Amino acid sequence: MSQSKSASIMDSRILVPAVGAAFAKLDPRTLSRNPVMFVVATVSVLTTVLFLRDLILGGENLGFSLQINIWLWFTVLFANFAEAVAEGRGKAQAESLRRTRTETQAKLLTGSDRTQYKQVPGTSLKVNDVVLVEAGDIIPSDGEVIEGVASVNEAAITGESAPVIRESGGDRSAVTGGTQVLSDWIRVRITAAAGSTFIDRMISLVEGAERQKTPNEIALNILLAGMTLIFVLATATIPSFASYAGGSIPIIVLVALFVTLIPTTIGALLSAIGIAGMDRLVRFNVLAMSGRAVEAAGDVDTLLLDKTGTITLGNRQATSFRPVRGVSEQDLADAAQLASLADETPEGRSIVVLAKEQYAIRGRDMAGLKATFVPFTAQTRMSGVDLDGSQIRKGAVDAVLSYVEPGAPALAGNAMIAARPQSDVVGELQAIAEEIAKAGSTPLAVARDGKLLGVIQLKDIVKGGIRERFAELRRMGIRTVMITGDNPMTAAAIAAEAGVDDFLAQATPENKLSLIREEQAKGKLVAMCGDGTNDAPALAQADVGVAMNTGTVAAREAGNMVDLDSDPTKLIEIVEIGKQLLMTRGALTTFSIANDIAKYFAIIPAMFLAFYPQLGVLNIMGLATPQSAILSAIIFNALIIIALIPLSLRGVKYRAVGAGALLSRNLLIYGLGGILVPFIGIKAIDVVITAIGLA
Amino acid sequence: MTLNGWLQILVFCGIVLVLVKPLGAYMTRVFSGERTILSPVLVPIERGLYALAGTSERESQHWTAYAFALLMFNLFGTLVLYLLLRFQDILPLNPAGMAAVPPELSFNTAVSFVSNTNWQNYGGESTMSYLTQMAGFTVQNFLSAATGMAIAIGLIRAFSGASGTSGTVGLSGKKTIGNFWVDMARGTLYVLLPACILLTLVYVWLGVPQTFGPYVEATTIEGARQTIAVGPVASQLAIKMLGTNGGGFFNANSAHPFENPDNISNMIQMVSIFAIGAAFTNVFGRMVGNQRQGWAILAAMGLLFITGVGVVYWAEASGNPFMHQLGLMGGNMEGKETRFGIAMSSLFAVITTAASCGAVNAMHGSFTALGGLIPLINMQLGEVIVGGVGAGFYGIVLFIIIAIFVAGLMVGRTPEYLGKKIEAKEMKMAVLAILCLPLAMLIFTAIATVLPSAVASIGTAGPHGFSEILYAYTSAAANNGSAFGGLTGNTPWYNVTLGLSMLMGRFLVIIPALAIAGSLIAKKTVPASAGTFPTDGPLFVGLLVGTILIVGGLTFMPALALGPVVEHLVMIAGQTF
Repeated sequence: MSQSKSASIMDSRILVPAVGAAFAKLDPRTLSRNPVMFVVATVSVLTTVLFLRDLILGGENLGFSLQINIWLWFTVLFANFAEAVAEGRGKAQAESLRRTRTETQAKLLTGSDRTQYKQVPGTSLKVNDVVLVEAGDIIPSDGEVIEGVASVNEAAITGESAPVIRESGGDRSAVTGGTQVLSDWIRVRITAAAGSTFIDRMISLVEGAERQKTPNEIALNILLAGMTLIFVLATATIPSFASYAGGSIPIIVLVALFVTLIPTTIGALLSAIGIAGMDRLVRFNVLAMSGRAVEAAGDVDTLLLDKTGTITLGNRQATSFRPVRGVSEQDLADAAQLASLADETPEGRSIVVLAKEQYAIRGRDMAGLKATFVPFTAQTRMSGVDLDGSQIRKGAVDAVLSYVEPGAPALAGNAMIAARPQSDVVGELQAIAEEIAKAGSTPLAVARDGKLLGVIQLKDIVKGGIRERFAELRRMGIRTVMITGDNPMTAAAIAAEAGVDDFLAQATPENKLSLIREEQAKGKLVAMCGDGTNDAPALAQADVGVAMNTGTVAAREAGNMVDLDSDPTKLIEIVEIGKQLLMTRGALTTFSIANDIAKYFAIIPAMFLAFYPQLGVLNIMGLATPQSAILSAIIFNALIIIALIPLSLRGVKYRAVGAGALLSRNLLIYGLGGILVPFIGIKAIDVVITAIGLA
Repeated sequence: MTLNGWLQILVFCGIVLVLVKPLGAYMTRVFSGERTILSPVLVPIERGLYALAGTSERESQHWTAYAFALLMFNLFGTLVLYLLLRFQDILPLNPAGMAAVPPELSFNTAVSFVSNTNWQNYGGESTMSYLTQMAGFTVQNFLSAATGMAIAIGLIRAFSGASGTSGTVGLSGKKTIGNFWVDMARGTLYVLLPACILLTLVYVWLGVPQTFGPYVEATTIEGARQTIAVGPVASQLAIKMLGTNGGGFFNANSAHPFENPDNISNMIQMVSIFAIGAAFTNVFGRMVGNQRQGWAILAAMGLLFITGVGVVYWAEASGNPFMHQLGLMGGNMEGKETRFGIAMSSLFAVITTAASCGAVNAMHGSFTALGGLIPLINMQLGEVIVGGVGAGFYGIVLFIIIAIFVAGLMVGRTPEYLGKKIEAKEMKMAVLAILCLPLAMLIFTAIATVLPSAVASIGTAGPHGFSEILYAYTSAAANNGSAFGGLTGNTPWYNVTLGLSMLMGRFLVIIPALAIAGSLIAKKTVPASAGTFPTDGPLFVGLLVGTILIVGGLTFMPALALGPVVEHLVMIAGQTF
């Protein structure tokens, strides 16, 4: 399920079954979910019965009513077809997911000390059972690692074949049923019973089986039902008006007018638009747990973005060496490089790279140096190297300072330093460190044999293009807030560089949660992403909470979306997809309603021509005959559904240009276009059906 | 069309626009309970009324309580008026010795005045006593106008978040929309009464009678004896216009020289029809903290209005081709007063139907087909072009809700207006309110056009007769009250069905409007951002106009095609009815 694998609209594997599904959906129970199409189906049944009666008893204009009948049924079928096509794309995805849900055997741990295991079928597992999963085994169900570390292939759900590490404790403890352990072993406590696992939910979501109408869809359906009722009144009163004028109108003509006037276009495409919106998310490898969440994404006012990985590249990089007075940059670089040679962290490697690039300090033969490396620990908060009786340390400024201060023997390797009192150097080093912090970077102090040499500047690298992205969001009316554990000074500098609107420094789960509540109290909708268990309350509180797939079970349960790629930047795309969904719905509703003007001009003169020939001047399209006019209108009404299926599946393109500009553009295309297109379309159809002699 | 005619139309528009801000500012203060210039005199009266009603300015009501109070008050008003009509023969102030009014006509008339319609199936000077005119009609003219204002204010509070009184604040925002009794009292005491006292004096100065004396007997030059009807006309005239009621003291309404002596009184009457309605857009703007919001709504109204005036004036000035063939050049003067002419008669007709007033200074039934089409459309759109006092405002808010809902999605957010989300509940209520107009207008017309006894009432055959019936039900359901002439409305069928139309058109809109207010006021206000649908610019104005025409107007296309449209086409083709 990578982004590229998007099923084409014209894919015959989807279109062919959709034709069958269009007929299956004629089931009244299915149709009744859609008030507009249900009404169309009902009147189609009525006119079909009338047609059959006329056929048997003999009536006039049988060819004409047969054609109207056919197009009425096509209107319903096209609507069903649109929905089936939208569902078909999800079904294809569900199919590939289902293949992973094969029958697995589980090693259920038994006994009080859980040292024994017995083989049981995966489906028999209950919540809180503990199973052992070893290399090569398929994890039988969703769970949480309680012991061990293992590399796991999660390609079944993410489409990403590179294995990921799953370990007990921390934020990477969740495992998903159907994924495979590649190496080592883990003990897993089962958190989901058979049938309600993550994959099960994914299948039902992408298939649309559990699709419920979203609040906005419900409101729109009310409007559409209301408009249908209004047009019932408009058409049902015509026979009486006509009889006053001494004429009569055939029922089939009234039905044709009615069906063309009611908002069939949007009524037919409404559910397809909703399904397609969910589907667009799925193709972005994001699973929305409800359509409501997708709608809310379009309404988001405030985005909470984690600094690391979203705004900045995940890792800080060394950008400069800042020695204290009396120490050359070369010396500092040399010491820093030595201390970092064995440091496999990205920061450590970036120090080695910087030393090589700027000071041409090459890698050295480690064995020859008889070096002992001192690894980083949480207690010392330093790492370094001991060689030739010399000790080099690098680490957090305060950690290095407290390492240097207590009774540092004045083994002066450098007379200049020895001549100066230590506190002076400390002061200078602190000044440099503060300067670096103010610029949004992290200072890393370096000392050799108890002497402070200087500071390495580790810089947070702001992602390329992110500033423009935030400017775009601002134009969309969305405020961005950067969340970081950094101190306020550093945070402010990065915030300024990245161009976010606000930041939350030294963020804790508590103040994150209270920030969300504060924003919501102002009436704003908040979106955020998170992965840790301590993110769960904030994820649950946020209106759109995107949990990372790598995250904990608690986080995944709390959020209303899951990002299978665990890429926090996606929050921005999610918002755009939400907006696109709402825009498509609005555009097609506007188009559908605007269409009515042309349809009146087609049908009214045709309908009343028999007793008020003067009304012929209203036939501004110059349609050939009354029958061709009515037929053209109903054919246009049906065909426009098919014509708009691609748009409803693809969605109206969102542009971050501000609401005013966006609205005028869309009103022009779908409002004005909605008024004009049917005039052209109906005329064209009239020319064609007149030419081939259908009417 | 003449330059002079257009200049007069422009003068009218200018005066209305100039009045919008000061009146809006004053009304905002009144309905917010702030001190005004009249407070020293009126506060004691106000307090006394509240004490009498057992309420207090500090009490604020949930929308259901507000609606219940409103319904009870209107029901009571209908009953009192009905009894006044039924027993006017034995009640005082009846110098002309008018008989009791029959039951159906009493029902029709009572409903008519309570619902701010003022449809008159009777001739005032030949049917009603002074007591009925003053204690019945004039009182209801005030109260029905104040009722409309109260509802509009309740709805405005839903957007502004103010409760009008220091009302209770619920956990999830405010729940109450104000106090019906307080809003009624303030609307009547501070706005309608002072203005009407002033206007009455002006009308008297311009020659409108104001007397309790009996009708005047006169002998004409030819020696014939003539009874000239007089009465307390000026006072009823003032509120009839200002409260967009429209019920004339005389049968000829504002075409009668005693009810509209000259062009100055005509201009004052036209301005007073629009004054409060137009100012309401400004009250709204002020209360939501952005006057541009109000101007945008007024601009949409103005656009529809000017278009309507243009069409009617053009149609009337063009006149009838038959007359031209007979050598009678010029416009259509049939049914018009020469002292007003074509321009001011056309303008008056558009104003009175745009604003739910229903007073007339010319006979709409005598207008050309297209000239009569515009008044019909104005009413069928729900009288949202400035509209009745308060009623026009809550009417247009319903359309705004629909417009925002349909097109608002196109900015990529779920629809919101002034920070309030438009959701299923609001949609349900707005649709219900908009549905009830075609229901009352079309269904009753459909029945009447096939009911022989109802068809017998029409004055002219063919499409014009159809228009007469359509106009009657349209006018009743829209609570307008103007008539298309020709139709004999005082029959049991029309008295009852027109009465029902008036009730549907009034209360089936009021209740949903208040429900929307109640639902919105409890909602959080979403702060505006660059992603918010802008509702104070030309784009919104265009959208609103489009929505009003398409959603409100398209329903009536078939009926209009068979009425005025075909009448016009047939006339061009050389046939009259």
